Amino acid sequence: MSTRPVAIVGIGQTNHKSKRWDVSLGGLVREAAFRALEDAEMEWSDIDAVVLGKAPDLFEGIMKPELYLSDALGATGKPMFRVHTAGSVGGTTGIVASHLVAAGRHKRVLAVGYQKQSEGNAQFALGSGQGASMGAGGAFAPYMRGYIHRSGAPEDIGPMVAVKDRQNALKNPYAHLKIENISIEQVKASPMMWDPIRYLESCPSSDGACAVVLTDEEGGKAAAAAGRTPAWVLATAVRSEPFQFPGRDPVRPAGAVDCATDVYRQAGITNPREQLDCAELYVPFSWYEPMWLEAHLIAEEGQGWKMVEAGDTALTGSFPVNMSGGVLSSNPIGASGLLRFAEAALQVRGMAGEHQVEEANVAVAQAYGAAAQYYAMWVVANSLDPFGS
Amino acid sequence: MERHTAKSETQMLLEVVSGAVDDAGITRADVDFTCAGSCDYVAGVPFSFVQNTDAIGAWPPKSDSHVEMDGAWALYESWVRLLLGDMDIALAMGSGRSSTSDPAILYPMEMDPFYLAPLGADHANLSAMQARTLIDSGMLTERQMAEIAVRTRRDAKSNPLAQVSGDFDVEELLAADYVNAPLRLHDMPPITDGACAVVIARADKARELCENPVWITGFAHYTELHNPGMRDLRSSTAATLAAKAAGVDEAPIEVAELQASFTHEEPLLVEAMGLGPEVSVNPSGGPLAANPIMATGLVRVVEAARQIRVHGRHRTLAHSSSGPCLQQNLVCIMEGD
Repeated sequence: MSTRPVAIVGIGQTNHKSKRWDVSLGGLVREAAFRALEDAEMEWSDIDAVVLGKAPDLFEGIMKPELYLSDALGATGKPMFRVHTAGSVGGTTGIVASHLVAAGRHKRVLAVGYQKQSEGNAQFALGSGQGASMGAGGAFAPYMRGYIHRSGAPEDIGPMVAVKDRQNALKNPYAHLKIENISIEQVKASPMMWDPIRYLESCPSSDGACAVVLTDEEGGKAAAAAGRTPAWVLATAVRSEPFQFPGRDPVRPAGAVDCATDVYRQAGITNPREQLDCAELYVPFSWYEPMWLEAHLIAEEGQGWKMVEAGDTALTGSFPVNMSGGVLSSNPIGASGLLRFAEAALQVRGMAGEHQVEEANVAVAQAYGAAAQYYAMWVVANSLDPFGS
Repeated sequence: MERHTAKSETQMLLEVVSGAVDDAGITRADVDFTCAGSCDYVAGVPFSFVQNTDAIGAWPPKSDSHVEMDGAWALYESWVRLLLGDMDIALAMGSGRSSTSDPAILYPMEMDPFYLAPLGADHANLSAMQARTLIDSGMLTERQMAEIAVRTRRDAKSNPLAQVSGDFDVEELLAADYVNAPLRLHDMPPITDGACAVVIARADKARELCENPVWITGFAHYTELHNPGMRDLRSSTAATLAAKAAGVDEAPIEVAELQASFTHEEPLLVEAMGLGPEVSVNPSGGPLAANPIMATGLVRVVEAARQIRVHGRHRTLAHSSSGPCLQQNLVCIMEGD
């Protein structure tokens, strides 16, 4: 491998809300980027290249907005790269940025993901402006029903995940949804949207952005020497698979399993449940937490819901999941993947504040997209050799 | 390439991907990484690239990516991915069916939503302003622009994939009405449906697959300020930076395939990139002969590579561009053994 170590030294995000009408698109991405640069103790001029990720341009009505946003992101006279891999795009954005450093192309790269959903109507755009769309919830509901049928999970598992993630969000100053005293009863009393998914088991529609500064080994070590622990990118992996054909299993997609297998292999992880300290997974609808725990090999097949039921995935549990409050609490789609990737990095840097997991040395982050077809994952750690290999 | 195809974008990609892997003597299963470039707005559908996974044969699931940029940038991501060393073969693609939309409605949406889009500013009228700037500053004449059209259309006669080709007379072209003054129809690219695919491999694998691989020896891209009103339109800073970073001046370039979509962009780019009069520009006919948006840049790479592979040249250059008045520019330099 001619790959070089990559360190995350700056993380920033916006205060996510349903309508950030106080800022333009440029203002939104700059809010996140400023915070990331401040965290990295860098100036705009220190950045060598910018990678921008976002989900469909039809959501805001601006085609290829990286062109217009080049100015806001200080990319003038620099390379500006635009990624779009559906819901996984934020993850892919972080990965592409890390590869630019790992390949020795650039020393300091700024990765930015955003979505300003209030600028348009996502449901309308998902239907290409042609009329009705079943939306993401409608698309994923059959997969979740399939999971419940197969695993025999009790019906409270989904509401338990919804409550847990919203409780975590109360500890995250940037989270969009803040539902004080949320309870399983309250979740179960909320309207059924797409059986088995109720209103309070669904992600919100958010305006928000996330930015991450990645640098090389020298930059990472300099940050560490200055007392700012970097998160080292131990491994990255992506997978895509086609939409519909007999033999595809959308409940436990091969792409999800392969992506996890690949990223663990590269990171030297043989027992994910033991070697990972926490996980930040893309869970836009409650039942996806146990589904991903299984498809990403953290739990045995059919056993993921038992981790939820036992409270293992709570912030104080044995394997915390979605410490930030997750996609269920903030969902600026194009940023959602990068927010997962950034939260994993915050955890191993020990900078997650009230939602910090104790002794978080190694963390995995995941984002997925389209009809559960696109996967992006990375494993980060607070040292280059966390397993003492 | 054609004005309109009834084929879907996935079908177009299916053909070019099959062609590329066949040409490389491999199958889709041998490809370690795929990256596509396409645009939801051109397709008129959100997540339009998702269905294109059918064309790449993503089963078992593939390490795959997608850029909302020309396929030339998909090639860039693929190239960076191979630089990491753990994969040998990558497939880059670009595709677009421009025939299904009205450019005058579509392209203002690519511009600054506050200052440009509300004016209906699109490539046709912003490019006209740039051409006017070049003419007014004495750098170019409408006759020279027509001569470029005549040359590229003549050269395109030997390109079986060209959409606009033939022998034309400068006087006749200049007698036509303006479309967007000072641009006449011959100054502008055609509307084209098309796709392109390229297989790249790490050195050892490349030598295994073929006797005379074309080597990518320089690859860079840059952007600059978005609003054309804030730039000196007589040149392209981003093109200059990209050419320099790609190593254009390290050895002579014999052929340059430029994404000069308007006649006036050709001399501007030639000067911005420091290409001398000895460099043959767009022998394929360039984007004036066929302009499959989102693949036009990757086609330039293919044409520049063909100059080495088929015509025995040693060092060629491919260029791609995006945004108003050449805002974003990419340069890929290729060499033969």
